[in-house]
Amino acid sequence: MTPAVEARKVTRVLPGTVPVTLVRDIDVAIMPGEFVAITGPSGSGKSSLLYLLGLLDRPSEGKILVHGRETSGLSGDELAALRLARVGFVFQFHFLLPEFSALDNVLVPMRRLARWDDREARERAERLLSDVGLADQMKKRPDQMSGGQRQRVAIARSMANDPDIVLADEPTGSLDQKNGQIVFEIFARLAGDYRKSVITVTHDPHLAAQTHRQIHLVDGRIVDDGNGTKRALDETALPAPPGV
Amino acid sequence: MNLKLDIALTHLRARKRQTLVSVLGVAMGVGFFIAIASLMQGFQEDLVRRVIDNSPHITMKDEFRDPPRQPIEIAYAGGAIALRGVKPKTEIRGIRRAGQIMQALTTWQGLTVSQVLQGQGFLRYGSKERSATITGIEPDRERLVTRIEKDIVAGSIDALKTAANGIILGRGLARRLALEMNDTVTVTSPTGVIMRMKVVGISHTGVLAFDEVNAYVLLKKNQILQGKSNIVNQLRMRVDDINLSRAIAGKVESRFGYKTESWDEANEGVFGVFFIQNMIMYSVTSAILVVACFGIFNIISTVIFEKTRDIAIMKSMGFAEGDVRTIFLLEGLALGAIGAGIGCALGLLLTYMLSVVRFKAVGLVEIQQFILKWSFWHYVIASGIAMVSAVAAAYIPSRRAAKVNPVEIVRGAA
Repeated sequence: MTPAVEARKVTRVLPGTVPVTLVRDIDVAIMPGEFVAITGPSGSGKSSLLYLLGLLDRPSEGKILVHGRETSGLSGDELAALRLARVGFVFQFHFLLPEFSALDNVLVPMRRLARWDDREARERAERLLSDVGLADQMKKRPDQMSGGQRQRVAIARSMANDPDIVLADEPTGSLDQKNGQIVFEIFARLAGDYRKSVITVTHDPHLAAQTHRQIHLVDGRIVDDGNGTKRALDETALPAPPGV
Repeated sequence: MNLKLDIALTHLRARKRQTLVSVLGVAMGVGFFIAIASLMQGFQEDLVRRVIDNSPHITMKDEFRDPPRQPIEIAYAGGAIALRGVKPKTEIRGIRRAGQIMQALTTWQGLTVSQVLQGQGFLRYGSKERSATITGIEPDRERLVTRIEKDIVAGSIDALKTAANGIILGRGLARRLALEMNDTVTVTSPTGVIMRMKVVGISHTGVLAFDEVNAYVLLKKNQILQGKSNIVNQLRMRVDDINLSRAIAGKVESRFGYKTESWDEANEGVFGVFFIQNMIMYSVTSAILVVACFGIFNIISTVIFEKTRDIAIMKSMGFAEGDVRTIFLLEGLALGAIGAGIGCALGLLLTYMLSVVRFKAVGLVEIQQFILKWSFWHYVIASGIAMVSAVAAAYIPSRRAAKVNPVEIVRGAA
């Protein structure tokens, strides 16, 4: 089976007077229907890897394949089009458009893609919001909702165009435990019922334990990809001492 | 509604006061442009109309553009010839064979011709004296070529034929001399002929330059006054299509040799002034629009600054750079369009207000009110300029918005 998204030998370096390596030598493949957590300490490159897998950022070396298709040759606009149809993002802070209602926020990506006509899109948005338990909150604007509700709107929006891949960057980071649990249950359902590949960055081990597998990053390298391929921390994680 | 337009308008709705200020800036530019354009064009067209109406479309004069060539120059064309102390021959000026030329011209399509003799004269009445340009006309031809008959405010042009020694005076001239209808004025010509003439008409063109110096008598009388029997020094022509004046004048001149000017050539100075006027108008109004554009630039830059997060989220969900740019260009266009709409209303209002103003001014011409030209095109041009400049003002910040890197923003917020 072709992985939904795959990274091959991916390295991302932020250029500058002192180049910063965000991730290094990443090899990972996520299958459809898989619910994966990316864990690791702060600054280990979890979010950077997520943005690379979500085509939001480009690798400095190596390549990202979406459904087996190479993406490094694509233009910015082509990547945007691919994100629009295939990828859904959920961020730690909800990132909704503040002037639009919950329903309109979910409609934005659908109207941009225009796969459905107005009536279908509306019905679909209402269904997605009901799915995350917001059937009675659709007309509210983000500032009229609680943090947990907003994050659920963001999840509904990430699902708007029926993407294959849903990426979440610390989705529960600003939520209490109860709301965090609700969000994770929705993700589990997306992977289980809808066969989406769900990748979430988290540093909550309790929540990470509810996923199918956990990819553990340390200093920009995968030390455990959750498929039994473990690397010894001492070999890879520490940068080589200068002069060697 | 279109998604991008929807987002654009939502941004503007969220900051109503700033939007209002920007829109009003554009509206003022557009409004003033329309009012001033209408004022300027009205004035210019009125002046042109008066000038055209009061002078013949084409005038042939008894002069040549170049001095006559000397026989030796003709004999040795191209030779190194220098002549010194050449004194022009003393001859009675006038258009030679004017009768034949007129005969020939009357056969031309769309051309009406009259002949006049114009000369200087000295008018004396009581203790007052003024010099005048005395034009000897044939009333029956002249009325077909110029507006003279319509400008008569007292008496009539036909009275020249019936009165023994009739003269028609411009209103300004008559006033200066304190002359009224049927008074008798003494006319002295440069050659010393003195004639007592009766005022049989007053003409009023509204152009001071004409009214204060012009006097009309019969052609025959002027030929006696000027001591030039059977001589005319101007042929005046009226053309059916005024736009052909210059072309026809050129044809006439090349055919008969005498200097022949069309009305626009004769009044070239006036058109030079128009050009300067228009330049001033356009620079003043574009200055207003430039200021308005800074307002637009400002509001859109602010929106983009405040909406960086929104831009990042839109790009992360799959909006292309062009989509983001379009959103902010649409905001500029919307500001421009709304401003243009209000500006057109403002322009209409200003034009109306100017049109009801009454005053008395005697300058180049006598006017009592602003002469306004109502033209649909002023509105189209002003709105067009406003919208183009609004989009241009939005373009610079919108490019920056399109380049927002979502990774930097979401990383910064996390």
